[in-house]
Amino acid sequence: MKKVIKLDTPPVFTSYAAVGGYEEGRSRIGDKLDLCDPGDSFGQKTHELAEGEMAKCALNIALSKAELSHEALGLIVAGDLQNQCIASALGLGSFGAPFLGVYGACSTATESLLLCSALISLGYTSLAAAVTSSHNSAAEKQFRTPLEYGGQRAPSAQWTSTASGAFILSSPFSDINAVYSAREKLSGSGSITHSAFISEFMIGKVVDGSTKDGSNMGGAMAFAAAESIISYFEETGYSPSDFDYIVTGDLGRVGKDILCDILESKIPAAAQRHTDCGLLLYDSERQDVHSGASGCGTSAALLSCHFLPLLERGDIKNILFLSTGALMSPSSILQGSNILGVAPAIRITSTKRDF
Amino acid sequence: MDFKTSEGKKALIKKHTPKTKWYKNCPFAFMFGGGICVGAELLERLYKSLGANEKLAATLVSVSLIFLASLLTALGIFDRIARYAGAGTLVPITGFANAITSEALDSRSEGFILGVGAKIFTVAGPVITYGLFSGVLYGIIYSVTNFFLRT
Repeated sequence: MKKVIKLDTPPVFTSYAAVGGYEEGRSRIGDKLDLCDPGDSFGQKTHELAEGEMAKCALNIALSKAELSHEALGLIVAGDLQNQCIASALGLGSFGAPFLGVYGACSTATESLLLCSALISLGYTSLAAAVTSSHNSAAEKQFRTPLEYGGQRAPSAQWTSTASGAFILSSPFSDINAVYSAREKLSGSGSITHSAFISEFMIGKVVDGSTKDGSNMGGAMAFAAAESIISYFEETGYSPSDFDYIVTGDLGRVGKDILCDILESKIPAAAQRHTDCGLLLYDSERQDVHSGASGCGTSAALLSCHFLPLLERGDIKNILFLSTGALMSPSSILQGSNILGVAPAIRITSTKRDF
Repeated sequence: MDFKTSEGKKALIKKHTPKTKWYKNCPFAFMFGGGICVGAELLERLYKSLGANEKLAATLVSVSLIFLASLLTALGIFDRIARYAGAGTLVPITGFANAITSEALDSRSEGFILGVGAKIFTVAGPVITYGLFSGVLYGIIYSVTNFFLRT
């Protein structure tokens, strides 16, 4: 069965933005975030509302960078880590656009981007937004122990990021140059020499992580990432050397080690190109994050702050982007189910834009 | 290693997952836990010197430790200490106080009845449930043995 879908008219990244909280503000991408709230509250009374507000901020900034009105949005696909995906609905419902709430645990960034690009290609709309958020406090409270609970975290545990990324995708027929010149007013003239497109996508399948340890989600997700990467290259016949990076979402130190161990024996070139957002976000020297970052905001923030600017400057041309999700619930863990992994993939390519 | 079988996956996870540093955690837990006990002992002597009898002094020490642990939890300091102290702050009554206060703080936004009232024992609940259960069990054993010892 064919799993990799090539998009004949690849949707283009029109605009994007990322916001974060305190730890993200002092992380490696701190100066590249569009907005940081050192209080993590975004002016809201609860952590749950703060996450919704954060997603709203991200989308508003992405729209205003491109001087687009929210009325132009034909679709919002969004997801977060909260029960019933409520942060996205509370934060983004007021935009008044058709809304799809999605849950893919930490794979939500890629999941929402691939759904947007599929629906744009189908002609559902010409302008759609993919928004992803995670909030450390809301997630800790829901999945683990109370925030102020005094416990020690395992060395393999990861730190859920407080971050949100919003991406506005459009069909390639839209007048993109007007948008680019609006954005260059902020980012500096000549900062966007290339257009970034989603040219392919592959929906991930659920892979058993063979562990019940909620402190080792990176390890559980590594197998899903490995299967996705291997089947992607098997099916397309591409060589990993055609890619600048193979980016995974939030495997962290443990997950990256397992993935590279597997890739070394199957496709060593892919192991060399591999990089992980969970290890790129925080500075482990200064920040007490153990095995690295997790949370669906991690890969969204890194894509917005790091990879897309590189693609639009033409510094890199071609990346395979897989956010990795650990599928589990507090009940499933207590009932003894294994943690499941999923790793959807998109290929993002950049080509020189026509002025 | 085969990454598609359950055994292979487990072996890979085991190979790459770092172990907890018990040689560092244990001495820290011993020092912090011991420190709390020394503090409690000093408090007991203080209360006694102020005129409290044995029983009252012991109760006052428990109340003081619970109050201090809850206060430090509410100020956001307790979890930072516990990051290093581990079992040192968890095992004494301070751990129990922290479990209750931290849960109360988290559920405050959901109201006093169904939030704080219902969820305050989420973490500490097992201690209460099985504490009561072992109390009942001990009571039964005590009564039965007493009955036979008397006859």
